[in-house]
Amino acid sequence: MFTHETLVEGSKMWGLFYLVGFSICVLIYTFLPANRERFERAEREIFDKDDGPWT
Amino acid sequence: MMQLTTGERQLGAIVLIALAILGIAMAAAGRTDVLGIHGAMVLLYSLALLFLLFSSAFGPEPSPARLTRYYDDPIKVGVGLTLFWAIFGMFIGVWAAAQLAWPILNFDTSWASFGRIRPAHTSGVIFGFGGNALITTSFHVVQRTSRARLADQFSPWFVLFGFNLFCLIAVSGYFLGVTQSKEYAEAEWYADIWLVIVWVTYFVLYVRTLALRKEPHIYVANWYYMAFIIVVAILHIVNNLAVPLSFAHAKSYTIWAGVQDSMVQWWYGHNAVAFFLTAGFLAMLYYYLPKRAERPIFSYRLSILSFWGITFFYMWAGSHHLHYTALPHWVQNLGMTFSVMLLVPSWASAGNALLTLNGAWHKVRDDATLRFIMMAAFFYGLSTFEGSFLAIRPVNSLSHYTDWTVGHVHAGALGWVAMITFGSLYTLVPAIWKRERMYSAALVEVHFWLALVGTLIYVFAMWNSGIIQGLMWRTYSPDNTLVYSFLDTLLAMYPYYIARAFGGLLFLIGAIVAAYNIWMTVRAPSAAQLPLDEDLPASDRPLDGAAPTPAE
Ligand code: HEM
Ligand code: HEM
Repeated sequence: MFTHETLVEGSKMWGLFYLVGFSICVLIYTFLPANRERFERAEREIFDKDDGPWT
Repeated sequence: MMQLTTGERQLGAIVLIALAILGIAMAAAGRTDVLGIHGAMVLLYSLALLFLLFSSAFGPEPSPARLTRYYDDPIKVGVGLTLFWAIFGMFIGVWAAAQLAWPILNFDTSWASFGRIRPAHTSGVIFGFGGNALITTSFHVVQRTSRARLADQFSPWFVLFGFNLFCLIAVSGYFLGVTQSKEYAEAEWYADIWLVIVWVTYFVLYVRTLALRKEPHIYVANWYYMAFIIVVAILHIVNNLAVPLSFAHAKSYTIWAGVQDSMVQWWYGHNAVAFFLTAGFLAMLYYYLPKRAERPIFSYRLSILSFWGITFFYMWAGSHHLHYTALPHWVQNLGMTFSVMLLVPSWASAGNALLTLNGAWHKVRDDATLRFIMMAAFFYGLSTFEGSFLAIRPVNSLSHYTDWTVGHVHAGALGWVAMITFGSLYTLVPAIWKRERMYSAALVEVHFWLALVGTLIYVFAMWNSGIIQGLMWRTYSPDNTLVYSFLDTLLAMYPYYIARAFGGLLFLIGAIVAAYNIWMTVRAPSAAQLPLDEDLPASDRPLDGAAPTPAE
């Protein structure tokens, strides 16, 4: 049954695991060496002067 | 609207006629109920837009060359709407502030009573001013960072005008006495349903535009705009689930009961702060700050980490609005803990912004627009620190119900939300209208000081008033009775209320100065053509023959 206790347990325990797991995924994504280049490019790309869509 | 194709005009006409019919139906069903009045307003609104549409309907088909430019017409209209709501909402704010000092200013009418103009102020500034600013800048940023034109030409207009119809219905309803009694969600069921339709269109438009992007990576500002769009949709739908009295009545009852209702409301309320008043404005920060400072963001990776931190921590923080209530203790603790943790990603964002400026402080000194953005980051850091502090239960026992909360709100609203918006507008307006700069740099400077001084007066007045109020309420005499009556606290607050009204007035005047400056910038003859920042990709320039013309 889906009761108040279920929710409490879900938030108190699984919520924590979920958050920890999630943080690990985010950290991996952010520091993955393969992503370095696209982030650096993203940083600079907004300064490009030509102001029209690319076709 | 000159760029609309025949098909898009027809679609527009069909939608507006359907809306007009809906208005008639609402008016007929509602009769003298407020629903009837709102029906008439919907009818007039759609007829007015229909007139606008028809007055250009029989022009020639737009040239295909338009597809080689960004679609900026809705942005131009959006800037106007943003400024209109800024002045309107802040005027009502000053009025509300003055009423608290001098209560006769409600002129003994019901429509102008404090309880009605207060939500008119909050909706006017948050949704009218903030919402239009978010929609407008998001259309600008998503095109520039994706290198793609908006996915079509109809939905941007639908989103913009549809959203403003919502604001109009909401705000006019409060004056007429309609309310759901949920803070920041006062508008009734029919307005809420309409907003869902508008918001889904906005979401689809945004995703389609991103899908057309020529850049492989989605720039981080777009993540924040997406979070804003998605989460606001979820919050809005869940919090506004309600059953109307009948389809002919404006009144409805929420499906949530008791303490669940409170929790849902403040889960909504706090995430409205997080995703309406924070995420979307952080998007502005991550685009307009590097643009204006001409320096890349200090750490792109940090911006990603703080993005996920903010989105995921905020979700759990709402219960700090319900300390010492019937809400289970552990839920209050959860909200408190997450609120304190929130300080980390919040300061990461504010620090990232300020560190970006490191080495460009001479620009901050010389350029009032950049100073607006810098101050916004500073106030963002300040109000998030204050928020995390207020969320701690014993602190909240002092601050809750007092003006301290109001001071916190406006440190965020004036110092962060409004300042980042004006900084962004001063960057966006010359770019969109192809002007070299704003009409008057001196007026930007004047506006900056009005805004800063106004904010400081407002916030300091409320900090003082709030803490005095809180302390007076808990002062006991040796024989354990309260020393001060409630009336005593009101008298103590009187000077602060006058000061706040004055500070707010300065801020309002600043907004009027901004509107004037932007108007003059738009009217000024297009400066001797900009060499680089103009709309056409260099290779396409011969298409237009002579000098490139702005896309108006
Ligand atoms: C001209 C400047 C402004 C003035 C004079 C002003 C004045 C006020 C006043 C008098 C209240 C009611 C406080 C109370 O109930 O005790 C209020 C509430 C509020 N205002 Fe403003 N305001 C201004 C600008 C803004 C802006 C720009 C925003 C948002 C972007 C904003 C957001 C709010 C919010 C969210 C509340 C509700 C606060 C709460 O429930 O604690 N205000 N304002
Ligand atoms: C880390 C970030 C933040 C935290 C933890 C936080 C926490 C809080 C707390 C504890 C309250 C008082 C609740 C009560 O006693 O009823 C509050 C009220 C409020 N905060 Fe924040 N805050 C944060 C940032 C912001 C920002 C950046 C803004 C806005 C622009 C903002 C806008 C508001 C508003 C509008 C209210 C009043 C809600 C109401 O009662 O109507 N907050 N916040």
